[in-house]
Amino acid sequence: MPLELGPLWLTLKLAAVATGVLLVVGSPLAWWLAHTRSRTKAVVEAVTALPLVLPPTVLGFYLLLLFSPRSSFGGWWVQVTETTLAFSFTGLVIASVLYSLPFMVQPLQLAFEAVGRAPLEAAATLRASRLDAFFSVASPMAMRGYLSAIVLTFAHTVGEFGVVLMVGGNIPGQTKVISIAIYEHVETLQYASAHVLAAGMLVFSFLVLLFVYTMNRRFPVQVG
Amino acid sequence: MDLCLRRPGFELHAQFDGVVDGFTALFGPSGSGKSTLLRCIAGLEPAVTGHLRLDDQVWLGAPRRQPLPAHERGVGVVFQDARLFPHLTALGNLRYADKRSAHVSGSRIALGDVVHALDLAALLQRRPATLSGGERQRVAIGRALLTRPRLLLLDEPMSALDAARKAEILPYLERLPATFGVPALYVTHDIDEVARLASQMMMLSNGRIIACGPIQDVMERADLQQVTGRFEAGVVLTTRVLRHDPTYCLTHLDHHGQAIAVPQLMVDIGSSVRVRIRARDVALATRRPEGSSIRNVLAGVLIDIQSDATTPFAETLLDIGGARLRARVTREAVAELGLVEGRQVFALVKSIALG
Repeated sequence: MPLELGPLWLTLKLAAVATGVLLVVGSPLAWWLAHTRSRTKAVVEAVTALPLVLPPTVLGFYLLLLFSPRSSFGGWWVQVTETTLAFSFTGLVIASVLYSLPFMVQPLQLAFEAVGRAPLEAAATLRASRLDAFFSVASPMAMRGYLSAIVLTFAHTVGEFGVVLMVGGNIPGQTKVISIAIYEHVETLQYASAHVLAAGMLVFSFLVLLFVYTMNRRFPVQVG
Repeated sequence: MDLCLRRPGFELHAQFDGVVDGFTALFGPSGSGKSTLLRCIAGLEPAVTGHLRLDDQVWLGAPRRQPLPAHERGVGVVFQDARLFPHLTALGNLRYADKRSAHVSGSRIALGDVVHALDLAALLQRRPATLSGGERQRVAIGRALLTRPRLLLLDEPMSALDAARKAEILPYLERLPATFGVPALYVTHDIDEVARLASQMMMLSNGRIIACGPIQDVMERADLQQVTGRFEAGVVLTTRVLRHDPTYCLTHLDHHGQAIAVPQLMVDIGSSVRVRIRARDVALATRRPEGSSIRNVLAGVLIDIQSDATTPFAETLLDIGGARLRARVTREAVAELGLVEGRQVFALVKSIALG
């Protein structure tokens, strides 16, 4: 029985790219949420948390409509890149970013809140600009939050199924990730192949969570 | 400087126009707005309005639209709780400031000098979490100095320390302005710290500056005792060390020709020592007493007597030649001894706090 490296490789690539994008998008968002006194904070927090409670099919459904070349965004994308978003790797990345957003933003927001204003005030009096203070003080002090956020986002993206099924379909090398491959094996009654992938996912997920919790134990709040 | 900040239940309105030089104490009771005023000057209170200028640079108010951000003001701040960065070593904390102020010209502050002046060499490789409270404050003071500031702001840097740790830091603080040539504004509610460190003081009450000037002048004003606290009111005298007396473990000080004896000090003969004498520790006599155990008797002339009919006490002010002394005596004593302004008296000093 040949091991399917295609879906495995694609899954890791998707998770890595989505995590990278979320790191860039999620950090400023989490920073804003941690420090704003704006009334819109609650609204933004609620929107950020939506993927946690919505059935993936809801998100997938709306994304599919958005990606359609007949929608304004989808049509614009086709004009600019001459490819469609639906059933493509790029489409999957966008979907994963939205779907895993809370897993990046929430741990980071908590970490930034734990750092608090005091060290940032100190940095300002030491001639550090806000951006400088973010990178030289807040980020290192929030390092554990970053690790949790990265690991959880990566793992959550690896494990997604519903959204991928809706917007990605099942194209080998393009959108056929592990969870889809397992689904296909079960549908076609290839239980042995399904076992290999399913057990692999189980072990992977367990190891990831073990890593996160071990880290939380081993580095008890050194910052604070 | 003319600053205004409103918060629920509190209003700060501080006006000051003058030179900040050497150590200036910002003194007042808890809740008077000292720390808030300091934060306004540092640029850490975004809601403050008014006008603020240091030398020829405007920090707040016209012609400026936005206040100058804290990181461009060039103020070094020492916070009450040190606020060292926990992810850096003591040296890392010093370098953080050093690196970011390398472009400041005309400063004679160098990393090596700061480490030497504050005795930090042994602490450099340690993390803030492993330092004692006093050690942390020393590193924080060094870090603030290394921003090569135009003004050093210290927000009750010793309030979180016990007496022993305070005693450990005070000598370092004392030398700062002279060693590094940076004027410092020092927030405290401890009158002994003021007496020991400051040359000028600003007194704050309910968000307003109610007095400002050389500490001798401010401290002898009877009308401010509401703020200093009746119990602690007193004056500061600057004296010179005359000689040591090892037999009785005393040091004799000279104050404009009058002698004052204090428990032996470990300072050189001829050096200057500040002593604080509280009004409640001074008794008055119309003749130089004989057969008394009180050693320190200073001759002077009564220049002011303020009686408050609701208390048993009168606050008196004496000219002792070159300085003034305050004495709190009972109103009954004033009447029976016939004390009036202009009368020659002798002040009996029961105890002396050393600055």
